[in-house]
Amino acid sequence: MAGRSTQSPFRSIAAHAILLTYTVIALFPVFVVVVNSFKNRKGIFGDPLALPIGALWAPEGYAKVWLRGDFQLYFQNSLIVTVAALVLVLLFGAMAAFALSEYRFKGNTLMGLYLALGIMIPIRLGTVAILQIMVASGIVNTLWALILVYTAQGLPLSIFILSEFMRTVSDDLKNAGRIDGLSEYTIFFRLVLPLVRPALATVAVFTMIPIWNDLWFPLILAPAEGTKTVTLGAQMFLGQFQSEWDAVLAALTLAILPVLVLYLIFSRQLIRGITSGAVK
Amino acid sequence: MAAATTLAPTLALKAIRKNFGVTEVIKGIDLTVGDGEFVVFVGPSGCGKSTLLRIIAGLEDATSGDIEIGGKTVNTTPPAKRGIAMVFQSYALYPHLTVKNNMALGLKQAKTPAPEIEARVAKASGMLSLDDYLDRRPAQLSGGQRQRVAIGRAIVREPTLFLFDEPLSNLDAALRVNTRLEIARLHRELKATMIYVTHDQVEAMTLADRIVVMNAGRIEQVGTPMELYNAPANLFVAGFIGSPQMNFVAADKLGMTGATTIGMRPEHLTISKDAGRWKASLVHVEHLGADTNLYFDTEAGPVTARAFGEVREAPGTELWLSADDRHIYRFDADGRAVAA
Ligand SMILES: Nc1ncnc2c1ncn2[C@@H]1O[C@H](COP(=O)(O)OP(=O)(O)OP(=O)(O)O)[C@@H](O)[C@H]1O
Ligand SMILES: [Mg+2]
Repeated sequence: MAGRSTQSPFRSIAAHAILLTYTVIALFPVFVVVVNSFKNRKGIFGDPLALPIGALWAPEGYAKVWLRGDFQLYFQNSLIVTVAALVLVLLFGAMAAFALSEYRFKGNTLMGLYLALGIMIPIRLGTVAILQIMVASGIVNTLWALILVYTAQGLPLSIFILSEFMRTVSDDLKNAGRIDGLSEYTIFFRLVLPLVRPALATVAVFTMIPIWNDLWFPLILAPAEGTKTVTLGAQMFLGQFQSEWDAVLAALTLAILPVLVLYLIFSRQLIRGITSGAVK
Repeated sequence: MAAATTLAPTLALKAIRKNFGVTEVIKGIDLTVGDGEFVVFVGPSGCGKSTLLRIIAGLEDATSGDIEIGGKTVNTTPPAKRGIAMVFQSYALYPHLTVKNNMALGLKQAKTPAPEIEARVAKASGMLSLDDYLDRRPAQLSGGQRQRVAIGRAIVREPTLFLFDEPLSNLDAALRVNTRLEIARLHRELKATMIYVTHDQVEAMTLADRIVVMNAGRIEQVGTPMELYNAPANLFVAGFIGSPQMNFVAADKLGMTGATTIGMRPEHLTISKDAGRWKASLVHVEHLGADTNLYFDTEAGPVTARAFGEVREAPGTELWLSADDRHIYRFDADGRAVAA
């Protein structure tokens, strides 16, 4: 707090101006999507930036989304896939990170590098092979296909970030647990995980958003009606010759909401973690 | 510790070695600790004190050698089953548990009956005046209180052997003295066997029944505080025990024979204006209140003296230093102490 009171008003204004500009730029696409989702085709193309008030107010897109296709199911699929993949990424990522940071064994560093390699290699390069594996194991067109791929996709970054954080957890604390007879699992779940909660939240956010937004793997691995995700479902309004933009934008607006909720949950954890560390 | 020799020692270390990769950190340590003894490990930073303590606790495996606690070989016994308790420098309290549960956790893990846990926690918290804080979390305690909780957590286990790794070094000076007295009192009341690692000479001298001086993974000397002070086995121990450090001068510069290096403790040098054994010019004076540290330049090199009370001499003064023969230590070319 002392730092803030000694700051000159000019610097504070400048900082706010920069941050506000950045916020406006970052939020602009979202703003355009949300605003235009409440307009019809004519309104969208006639005046894309106008607010949906008066004559422009036409939330027909939402009606289309509601009536056409099975959007409730798509939402459910997206949520199941995202949450399941997220849980697996966090769980296995944290476990691998704990092993890498806590135990000395031959090839520890090499293993860490190998596991982090995935950060630099896009998983989509392996799409053909992945599809073959999924076909062979008969899980194409199931949500499992997506959950497994996304888990693999999220693990490298998760392991990388979490193992760095876990190195900062006090050795004494873990050793105190060992002397008190706690199992390695209890030490991991009860002592270490709560202390790296901010890192878990960070990883959760970075993992969740690409999964929720992904179009590629749903299209390739699970395009069946019963397993469509929201992003894939919204595509049916995009035709080769004519697109129903109002419905597309309405679907996208709706798709923002669940991630927003998840994000708020995690960022809460993030902030709590940071302040609890600072205040001690 | 005459009685202890008939019983099995509480702790016996036999030829303990430890390598981290190719670097040898512990280079063969043999040591026995008798029942009820308070043993302090001292030595420069990085000499392997903590590593040795962790090997005793079972947190680290020795590369070779045997560890016996209470007469049983515990080389492969997990830490929780060794009958030890450990207090760490960083307190290492469980942040999510109350003070009471911090102390009770180990007993719960060992499936101790609940009334017994209650009784032991109550006894420990009484001894450490923690009764008012039992329902608080570690974050709501001061450093001194946290360390008392950590000590309480060790006490309730009623271990065969207490291990302390620099438990006071995160506390401020006043608290350090109080907690030191507290540990001394606990040692008396519990009649427990304790091993204590420290950097602090005062802690070592005041708490220890025996001090183990370590250097570079080896034991240099083991003895009571006064044995180490009065009869250091070598240059290292002579320089390590005592503050300010013992003065070392080349024997030939003083015209002495039968030794390579001569050692004199600053407090054993007497200062005179008119006469003495060695001429010295005063370079700097430090007034500590109760005593005064005087830094001299002599023909044999710099020498420090410590005088009781206040000495009013200005830097630049020429004075005479002398020392009793019985207070002169002699060391041979290998640094070993030799008789006069
Ligand atoms: N996990 C480890 N891997 C490799 N080397 C280690 C490891 N732990 C300790 N060492 C090395 O072993 C040596 C002894 O370390 P140790 O912590 O026992 O010293 P110490 O005497 O307790 O020092 P201090 O007084 O600073 O606490 C040091 O040189 C240290 O670098
Ligand atoms: Mg240490």
